[in-house]
Amino acid sequence: MGAEGIGARVARKEDKRFLTGKGRYTDDITVPGMKHAVFVRSPHAHAKINGIDKTAALELPGVIDILDGKQLTEDGIGSLICGWMIHSKDGSPMNMGDWRPLATDTVRYVGDAIAVVVADTKAQAWEAIEAVHIDYEELPAVTESADALAEGAPQIHENAPGNLIYDWEIGDSAAVDAALASAAHVTSLDVTNNRLIPNAMEPRAAIGLYNEAEDHYTCWTTSQNPHVTRLVMSAFYNVAPENKLRVIAPDVGGGFGSKIYIYPEEIVCLWASKRTGVPVKWVADRSEAFMTDAHGRDHVSNIKIAFDADNRITGMKVDTLANLGAYMSLFSSSVPTYLYATLLSGQYDVPNIHANVRTVYTNTVPVDAYRGAGRPEASYIVERAMETAARELGVSPAELRRKNFITEFPHETPVIMTYDGGDFGACLDAAMKAADYDGFPARKAESVARGKLRGIGLSCYIEACGIAPSKAVGSLGAGVGLWESAEVRVNAVGTIEVMTGSHSHGQGHETTFAQLVAERLGVGIDTVNIVHGDTDKVQMGMGTYGSRSGAVGMSAISVALDKVEAKAKKIAAHLLEADEADIVIEGGELKVAGTDKTLPWFQLALAAYTAHNLPDGMEPGLMETAFFDPTNFSFPAGCYICEVEVDPETGVTDITQFVAADDFGTIINPMIVEGQVHGGVAQGIGQALMETCAYDAKNGHLLTGSYMDYTMPRAVDLPSFTVETTKTESPSNPLGLKGCGEAGAIGSPPAVINAITGAIGTNDLAMPATPQAVWAAMNR
Amino acid sequence: MPNITMSVNGRSVSAEAEDRTLLVDFLRDDLGLTGTHVGCDTSQCGACVVHVDGEAVKACTMLAAQASGSEVRTIEGLAAGGELHPVQAAFQQFHGLQCGFCTPGMIMAATDMINRHGASLDEAKVRAELDGNICRCTGYHNIVKAILAAASEMADAQQAAE
Repeated sequence: MGAEGIGARVARKEDKRFLTGKGRYTDDITVPGMKHAVFVRSPHAHAKINGIDKTAALELPGVIDILDGKQLTEDGIGSLICGWMIHSKDGSPMNMGDWRPLATDTVRYVGDAIAVVVADTKAQAWEAIEAVHIDYEELPAVTESADALAEGAPQIHENAPGNLIYDWEIGDSAAVDAALASAAHVTSLDVTNNRLIPNAMEPRAAIGLYNEAEDHYTCWTTSQNPHVTRLVMSAFYNVAPENKLRVIAPDVGGGFGSKIYIYPEEIVCLWASKRTGVPVKWVADRSEAFMTDAHGRDHVSNIKIAFDADNRITGMKVDTLANLGAYMSLFSSSVPTYLYATLLSGQYDVPNIHANVRTVYTNTVPVDAYRGAGRPEASYIVERAMETAARELGVSPAELRRKNFITEFPHETPVIMTYDGGDFGACLDAAMKAADYDGFPARKAESVARGKLRGIGLSCYIEACGIAPSKAVGSLGAGVGLWESAEVRVNAVGTIEVMTGSHSHGQGHETTFAQLVAERLGVGIDTVNIVHGDTDKVQMGMGTYGSRSGAVGMSAISVALDKVEAKAKKIAAHLLEADEADIVIEGGELKVAGTDKTLPWFQLALAAYTAHNLPDGMEPGLMETAFFDPTNFSFPAGCYICEVEVDPETGVTDITQFVAADDFGTIINPMIVEGQVHGGVAQGIGQALMETCAYDAKNGHLLTGSYMDYTMPRAVDLPSFTVETTKTESPSNPLGLKGCGEAGAIGSPPAVINAITGAIGTNDLAMPATPQAVWAAMNR
Repeated sequence: MPNITMSVNGRSVSAEAEDRTLLVDFLRDDLGLTGTHVGCDTSQCGACVVHVDGEAVKACTMLAAQASGSEVRTIEGLAAGGELHPVQAAFQQFHGLQCGFCTPGMIMAATDMINRHGASLDEAKVRAELDGNICRCTGYHNIVKAILAAASEMADAQQAAE
């Protein structure tokens, strides 16, 4: 490794602009003539719209126009779609309800957009939305998934009878039933995975700019995947054809999944810009973010694990009910199916698994992928059940897991995954050592002496990243390919630009990706510029989610680098009059091995562009493009240990230590990887201890609609973390990368709850384990 | 509309603004200082922290008119002569930022914290003092490390100067 190459803990190139207030987020951008949009939103969870009266509002100062769904429909703008087709077990396609960017006849959740006011100032637009009169006819609402399936529940979409979206299954039901019937022991557990609100610190925002002279649109938006935004807006929403639409996702302040999707607001801003003839900016305030950003999780499940007399797992049965909210968001259907049930084997050799998943509509915000997306839900039920089983069987939780670990690879699970590598025992060992697991009884005795309770909880998670190959995900219903694209340009003066379809919204790609180039070409990272987030600058892309930027995005860069190197070696061999096979790249130069003949990159690049002396028939220039489609998912895995002290008087939980031991394969920048783990673990602890989205079940109102109601983890709520890594390289991409962005949020919740339930001696505890919930569990 | 005059980052500025204009909107919209961010609408997140007459203030909880006549410092005015302030440098060194959105408020809150507590800060005190600043990316781990390192470095520098 060079000083700045793979494995180096280098400081981030992008930091300076963020540290000095020079970051450029969507709300920081001003376009000449720009006006401001505010949306008229439903205050009702479910209502018919009998009329919209804009007369009084249109008279208010500064109001340019007020546009509604009828006008949007007349202009041919399409409905929002879910891009992953799931079929029910009876073969019928999922029941996708119509989602208009601006509701016309019915509103289905509090916050559903109905109209948009465009005004000179944001304050004027806010005043005007109050004066838009909507004639609502309130309908009964339902917020909980089980209630939505009950007889007589309010019907939310006409084409989804009983609010059922699909009833899907995977695995061999009969084989699992046989395993359960013949088991020496069956652990059965009901588990709720609480609904979360993502809360990236930058609220969503969009600017729509229509240039009439060129019949061209530009959209600045808080997106994790600008090319996907352009594709979907063109292909499905009829906003503009791809060649007439530029999407720019500038600095984006966190995503966590919630900025993958194309929401009504950016569609409406572009359309409204054409209708009004002015650039239109919309910026969500936090209250709007709470009630319109796609939420996460919200599963209710039962898991049964069958064990033989030797405590080996013989089968697993899972039944899950997932709440998808009022409409099917872009990738919502895949989250409780292929991103969830396919990971139910965990780290264990399970001969038979069957999962049944039903998804339902409710009068709540649409639910889609949130950091981990299905994999936290899988990890949670499996790891809660394994800990419970160990307690029921009276064996060590660590040893029960170890006994059932998969140890030979590749390993085909009964739920269509082929784990291609890993060493689960190494992670367990590393975590137990770092946590001084053996010293727990002494620490517990010390707590007890002070009148406190103490518990230690394990979680051995596995996840699947770099969802691929495209052919396979296509066969499972995905509407897109899941490759990534890169272009590496060696400029005539030897500086390097890399256009990547990945998008950084906190992950540090401008540094990590430059480190890969530095490693390969022997140049410093300051010579390398990573360009991302603009469909006019970057050739193509699928964006950043599912911890894919390393395994897929960097792999695309690696393949482009292969091509650059191959061409450069040909040129060098020609200029240095040597055999191509003897050319090596070292220390920023091309050399003839074993001689003192060298050519620095800038001389070679200049030769490529002057083209005065290239090999016969060679095209001038030195820039190469690659599309990379991995051969398989990658499988990060790890072991997390949480130790807690609980105050029996108050139910307050104190996390005394948290240890993460992860196998992420190759690591480019350990500092950045550790930061990803810290952030993911914080979100997981947030879910386990404090965060939850609450609706009033009677009327569908969002009760946790601000930072005064929804408990975000603050610094004082969290401990410092111990982060360890082990390494087995992924064989599915050229760099051996596995992905690290979501692991913390996937692995940590079960570790926390396992620790608390161990401390308090009762297993009947749901997330979030607030002091009230813990105290109530102890005193039931 | 009243005329508002204040010193921002050492420069005297003057602009007309509606009475209801918040300091954060005045800084962002009227002065173009977009480094101060708005992350919530209930004065909880701390992305908008600036210094008013040397003290950390959430710029969303103060009217621009209230700051008239004051000395205001924003994130844009923290680095002196192109050199990062020790708190900014420590955030980079210890990877105390990811998406960067909460960072300006974190840094302004941290410099104020160090000004008040100096080298007496420890991990528990830093965590308690950060109650008004929310970060969703870092889990606070590296922010705490950065603040402690900067506090120590600034105390050493002060001692050396004395």
